[in-house]
Amino acid sequence: MLISVPKERQVGETRVAATPKTVTQLIKLGFTFQIEQDAGLLASFRDEDFILAGATIVKTPIEAFNADIIFKVNAPLDGSNNSLDEIALLNENSSLVSFVWPAQNESLMALLSKKNINVMAMDCVPRMSRSQSLDALSSMANIGGYRAVIEAAHQFGRFFTGQITAAGKVPPAKVLIIGAGVAGLAAIGAAGSLGAIVRAFDTRLEVKEQIQSMGGEFLELSFTQDTDSSDGYAKVMSKAFIDAEMALFAEQAKDVDIIITTALIPGKPAPKLITKAMVDSMKAGSVIVDLAAANGGNCEYCQAGKLITTANGVRVIGYTDLPGRLPVQASQLYSTNLVNLIKLLSPLKDGEISIDFKDEVIRGVTVIKKGEITWPAPPIKVSAEPQKPTVVQEVSLPEEKTMSPFIKGLLITAGLTSYALMAAYTPAEFLSHFTVFVLTCIIGYYVVWNVSHSLHTPLMSVTNAISGIIVVGALLQVSSDSLVVTIFAIIATLIATINIVGGFYVTQRMLKMFRK
Amino acid sequence: MSQGLVSAAYLVAAVLFIMSLAGLSNQETAQRGCYSGILGMIIALVVTILSPSVQGLAFIIIAMLIGAFIGMRLAQKVEMTQMPELVAILHSFVGLAAVFVGYNSFIDPPHTNNAMHNIHLIEVYLGVFIGAVTFTGSVVAYAKLSGKFNSRALMLPHRHKLNLLALLVCAYLLVSYVTQSGSLILLIIMTLIAFAFGFHLVASIGGADMPVVVSMLNSYSGWAAASAGFMLSNDLLIVTGALVGSSGAILSYIMCKAMNRSFVSVIMGGFGTATMSDSDEIAGNTISTSASEVADMLNGASRVIIAPGYGMAVAQAQYPVNELTQRLRGSGIDVRFGIHPVAGRLPGHMNVLLAEAKVPYDIVLELDEINDDFKNTDVVLVIGANDTVNPCAKEPGSPIAGMPVLEVWDAKNVIVFKRGMAAGYAGLQNPLFYKDNTHMLFGDAKDSVNEILKFL
Repeated sequence: MLISVPKERQVGETRVAATPKTVTQLIKLGFTFQIEQDAGLLASFRDEDFILAGATIVKTPIEAFNADIIFKVNAPLDGSNNSLDEIALLNENSSLVSFVWPAQNESLMALLSKKNINVMAMDCVPRMSRSQSLDALSSMANIGGYRAVIEAAHQFGRFFTGQITAAGKVPPAKVLIIGAGVAGLAAIGAAGSLGAIVRAFDTRLEVKEQIQSMGGEFLELSFTQDTDSSDGYAKVMSKAFIDAEMALFAEQAKDVDIIITTALIPGKPAPKLITKAMVDSMKAGSVIVDLAAANGGNCEYCQAGKLITTANGVRVIGYTDLPGRLPVQASQLYSTNLVNLIKLLSPLKDGEISIDFKDEVIRGVTVIKKGEITWPAPPIKVSAEPQKPTVVQEVSLPEEKTMSPFIKGLLITAGLTSYALMAAYTPAEFLSHFTVFVLTCIIGYYVVWNVSHSLHTPLMSVTNAISGIIVVGALLQVSSDSLVVTIFAIIATLIATINIVGGFYVTQRMLKMFRK
Repeated sequence: MSQGLVSAAYLVAAVLFIMSLAGLSNQETAQRGCYSGILGMIIALVVTILSPSVQGLAFIIIAMLIGAFIGMRLAQKVEMTQMPELVAILHSFVGLAAVFVGYNSFIDPPHTNNAMHNIHLIEVYLGVFIGAVTFTGSVVAYAKLSGKFNSRALMLPHRHKLNLLALLVCAYLLVSYVTQSGSLILLIIMTLIAFAFGFHLVASIGGADMPVVVSMLNSYSGWAAASAGFMLSNDLLIVTGALVGSSGAILSYIMCKAMNRSFVSVIMGGFGTATMSDSDEIAGNTISTSASEVADMLNGASRVIIAPGYGMAVAQAQYPVNELTQRLRGSGIDVRFGIHPVAGRLPGHMNVLLAEAKVPYDIVLELDEINDDFKNTDVVLVIGANDTVNPCAKEPGSPIAGMPVLEVWDAKNVIVFKRGMAAGYAGLQNPLFYKDNTHMLFGDAKDSVNEILKFL
């Protein structure tokens, strides 16, 4: 099948849906590949490089849309505002892969479904471990988070890192990051590596460890609510929780220099977390980067796509093209996500794709199949982290049978009774041996209980050698009057000695090898 | 030498044995523990030989010299990878010796009163029974471990009932044997049944549970020695036997816990029943890789964990693995080992092999110590391990469900060294091999590691 990448015509788009590297991979999977002239120019991929990788270059958009599979970054344009009507150029029965945002773009979905085509939305990849390799939102969020810090640093009139110089002391910048998803974590890492003090907040307590692992400080509310999310995203919180959260932000706003907000709840307008009052309380020269700008913004001052400066000198950045500001990386990651999608669609690697709805990932991605809208896909519970403990519990429950106190009592009573009976009817001589026996069993228990795991083998071979003590029994029998007994005893002596010598020798050999 | 002196010396020997076991539970004191065991044994033997009740010194010394020679040879010759077999076959000697001692004590009983006589009969009976079970059980374990015998579980119909029947018959024979005030025929019949019982008991346990079996047989050999002590009224034998018996039992229990397996069902041959039927095909492709790619990956890594398994032992790859470790550590890469409690065919098997190759033991960590670190690891090298890294264990309903496993798949990249796509000891498919971050390096583990060393 022919895969084609038309040039992105949306204003301000710098990314491209293929790179020479992914072209090679696609051709290896059995596909043929074409790309429109200069499609990769803004992302620094030249036509020559694509040709070297095995692609054909086509000159016009008409040719570029004439293919079985179309890879794009943005959804095709509909021809309004004097743009090219890309939807009209799509072939019947072809498949389109791009960002679609079906929830926000109803009219686009209607237009696309009129053509008898398949549409796969890279923004609808279900969140499960198997589909991570094609999760384009995560790839883009990662870049966006990093870039947000860079943008902030660019507008911020100070170092991020603290320094003590001959010309005086420079305090480190304090950065607050709200929302510790992929973008938030990337921002924590980037800000931290520039030397800033990084604090982060998220409604999901489960991400605390992740924040700490990136070097951020997790801000906690003294408030409890079940905030586990089964689909890997945050959900809407209760009123009381939001009040507590807002109080925390108001307090932090006075202290920090930079705020980066990444709070989004899928399918809902971005929650307003940073009020005008909070911004007004910030120091002049502070910077706010709002990654939720495209969905209305987390900050009340935020204007999508713009950098504004408030009356008190706080800059609020609402750029919506942060990933596109790192076009090389963004193109590389996105196009690799596409290759991984194709791998899933083409299990036989024969250059053909099949849309199999039994596969939850393919089911989720496909928003239109043969002209029929199949969005939204039935929900799947995916987030592994919160479920893990319950699964483990289910498995281990039947193993951990704790004895009921009644049975325990019964066993103890039975044991004591039989011991008393034995003591009453057996001669004292036997009883004294028995005492020794029981006491030694207990000693054995305590001696071995804490054995280090790496010493199991030497311990076993030494106990094996020691159990050769049975030779003492054999020795005592050698001097018997009966010839049979003597012969048996001598044989027993011989084999028990093999055991003793062999066991100790091999233990020695092993222990010599252990060294620090 | 007077009897009093003998008893005093026996006490010293017993204390030395306890110190020996205590010493062996810690790396630093292990060597000392072994020496005190040897010292205890020498004291016990010398005192016994010199005690007034022993005659025929010449025969004894000849027998012991021959025995010592054979034992020395066995222990010198053995490869560290064959340790499990050696330990198993040594157990069988103790079992057999216990049978001989039991028969001797029956033929030539001590002069006692009536009540003691009956007790003595029971002691002989039990001693011979345990000894016989230990003997055949250990021989089967040896045969399975050395590959002379199919390691799969032997599945006779009604195997639990057969075991129960054997025990009941032995119990019945015990009663009639005591009422007849001792009968050699009955004792011999019982011995034969016990031989068959020991054989069947171990034959019906699957290969994956062999570490537990070996340790269990170790425990049995202790009980056999203890029962010999009872019949000869010898406290040293009782003390030592009980010590070995209880420590072996605890060790088996610790191992069962590590595998999240029920102790009783392992002993009864429970594991390995459902596994063989379940080998569902797993959809997906494996990604194979080459030594040079692995070398590149290692060069770019900052944290590496090596998870070895039986395959490393088979390929004798521990020396090249150590060299790899040294080289990587030399270039500042953090290398550690993650050892699963049941990796290999003997508890601690991997530790012994790595120690043989002089891998520093402080970078060799246990499952619990290292499992959370896989997340922050760049490359995991899985060398010849399979079931111990099988994610199936996390799924309820799987035959190994609930068994703790090394969660290697959390790492950024996993390299699996493997000969081919064969299933592991539990007979299960391993979804790990089909994961996106798993790369398969096919071939003999030793050759593969040597190949990687060339590219580093």
